[in-house]
Amino acid sequence: MTTICILYPELLGTYGDGGNGLAVYERARRRGIDVELISVGLNDTVPDASLYLLGGGEDGPQRLAADLLRTSSFGSRVRDGAYVVAVCAGLQILGLTFCVEGDDEYEGLGLVDVVTSRGERRSVGELATRVDGQLLVGFENHGGRTTLSGGVNALGTVVKGRGNDAKLDGYRTKNIWATYAHGPVLAMNPWFCDEILASVVGAELDPITSAADLLYQERCRVLSS
Amino acid sequence: MAKSTILRDRVAAVAIRTVNRVSRMTGRGSGTVIGGRVGMKIAPDLVTSLTRGRTVILVSGTNGKTTTTSMVVAGWGGSVTTNETGANMPAGHVAALVESKNDHVALEVDEAWLGDTLTSTRPHVVVLLNLSRDQLDRANEVRHLAERWRKALEVHDDTNLLVVANANDPLVVYAAEVRANAVWCDVPTTWIADALSCPKCTLAISHVGNSWHCTCGFAKPVALTAILGDELVIDGATVTLELSMPGEFNRSNATMALTALHCVDIDLDEAVRRVNAIHSVVGRFSVRRWNGHTLRLLLAKNPSGFAAMLATLPDDDSDVWVAINARVADGHDPSWLYDVPFELLRGHRVYCFGDRRLDLATRLDYGQIDYVVVDDDSSMPASKDTVSVLANYTAFNDWLGRSVP
Ligand SMILES: [Zn+2]
Repeated sequence: MTTICILYPELLGTYGDGGNGLAVYERARRRGIDVELISVGLNDTVPDASLYLLGGGEDGPQRLAADLLRTSSFGSRVRDGAYVVAVCAGLQILGLTFCVEGDDEYEGLGLVDVVTSRGERRSVGELATRVDGQLLVGFENHGGRTTLSGGVNALGTVVKGRGNDAKLDGYRTKNIWATYAHGPVLAMNPWFCDEILASVVGAELDPITSAADLLYQERCRVLSS
Repeated sequence: MAKSTILRDRVAAVAIRTVNRVSRMTGRGSGTVIGGRVGMKIAPDLVTSLTRGRTVILVSGTNGKTTTTSMVVAGWGGSVTTNETGANMPAGHVAALVESKNDHVALEVDEAWLGDTLTSTRPHVVVLLNLSRDQLDRANEVRHLAERWRKALEVHDDTNLLVVANANDPLVVYAAEVRANAVWCDVPTTWIADALSCPKCTLAISHVGNSWHCTCGFAKPVALTAILGDELVIDGATVTLELSMPGEFNRSNATMALTALHCVDIDLDEAVRRVNAIHSVVGRFSVRRWNGHTLRLLLAKNPSGFAAMLATLPDDDSDVWVAINARVADGHDPSWLYDVPFELLRGHRVYCFGDRRLDLATRLDYGQIDYVVVDDDSSMPASKDTVSVLANYTAFNDWLGRSVP
């Protein structure tokens, strides 16, 4: 059984982030993979899962999510190789520090060597990132500016929008994918969702067609014009 | 007031009326907002001078502003000045206020403009309906809005102001609890996704049955003034709501509108009769004809609005049409489609319309809902029954414009 776990949707689920869990689950189910989708509430303990999903949230909830994760088994599970997809505030929480409520620095989980400061202005709009020759399309809405330390690879280079710093977007480690494209980024980018799913189940996937194929083509057309 | 100020205001009022008329004649919208913008440049204090001496009721919140304001207008009876086209920022308020000089004024107010409008209109009553995620690319964060409401109510110096507030929405309670004399309404409120984490301490709020509380002590108010059950009880007086419009949310809207009217001493029995008779509000809930189809038009702009509207659909396997745009007035980011409980539509076939029909189709596909993408609507197969059309803001206006009564 492959377990996909959405962490604290009450705190980190502002921008349709539940769409990411739904997309991975559904693309697995259609291929006959034995899969379950669960979510962890504020009073639940973090269960064992193959893939954890972190969404976006407002300042206070983001701080609380960081605190809850810090005292849970999440960090050790990720260090042991559990897969993670983190977007928006989720991306910031996994790093060393992030900023909330003005410029107050807050301690992250320290799982990735990145820091997030307050950007000069909020980044709101379409985001397109070139990832390994493919386009990743989505929407960003955040106030952060994320700096990667020398050893950390970005997820991709920004084609449209701002991402981390108007040049790079997100980061990629051997078991973590992070992007500023929030919410349904996995739903909108079937190739990216399948790449993650293939890693999680450790097998090549049969191709499937879905409504997302047409949406992805349309968004690529719009964003590269 | 200095003489020059009065003169300046008068010049501005004439200018607005002229621009309203010209823009109507040239067919550029209804004219209200364009006219209002011209006037605001001439006299920034115009709203204040235009509302002086009049009884003002304001209505704000994420969903139900337009409907509730219409209910206040109808329930009040007689002539009431209002911004019925939904132009709910200062320019729209000015445009409405110069058009008629009635003693009674009911204005719907954009959530972000509540503080300014409290200061400029000095209302007798402000109705706070609900707060939930909506157009996040424009408004950013809903908790931040609640904080701004709270600050505005805290500093407002008119102690006679009555705040009619939804006791079942923790974000609204957080804003309104700073007023000692808040008038709390116990109305059904099903959308709690934005109030699961406490606005005071961020810990989890427990929602149990018809109540809610946090470990920090923040809880649903106890001194309830209006309670909506099978019957509606306002300040001990019982009235029967028999609305012509569907939906539990409209019963909540009516409760808050009637409570506001009770606060300005309107007879409840007469007010409720007038509110019960409203059939549609600016086309919402209206039954229209289009290309041989009979359509019921339903406006739903955000997850909580959609959840409420989905609950009004007939419990059968009839087709449902959904139209989604992402233009300026809708917000450019349709991510919120994943927060809508479309799974309620399993068993129906859903036709996807609008600029962002592929975003909608993708959402439905992942939710295992039967869908059809309509690229060319001239070839829609005839439907035997009335079709429910759910549409967000500009998509709704498109359907209202292309259909006939
Ligand atoms: Zn609390």
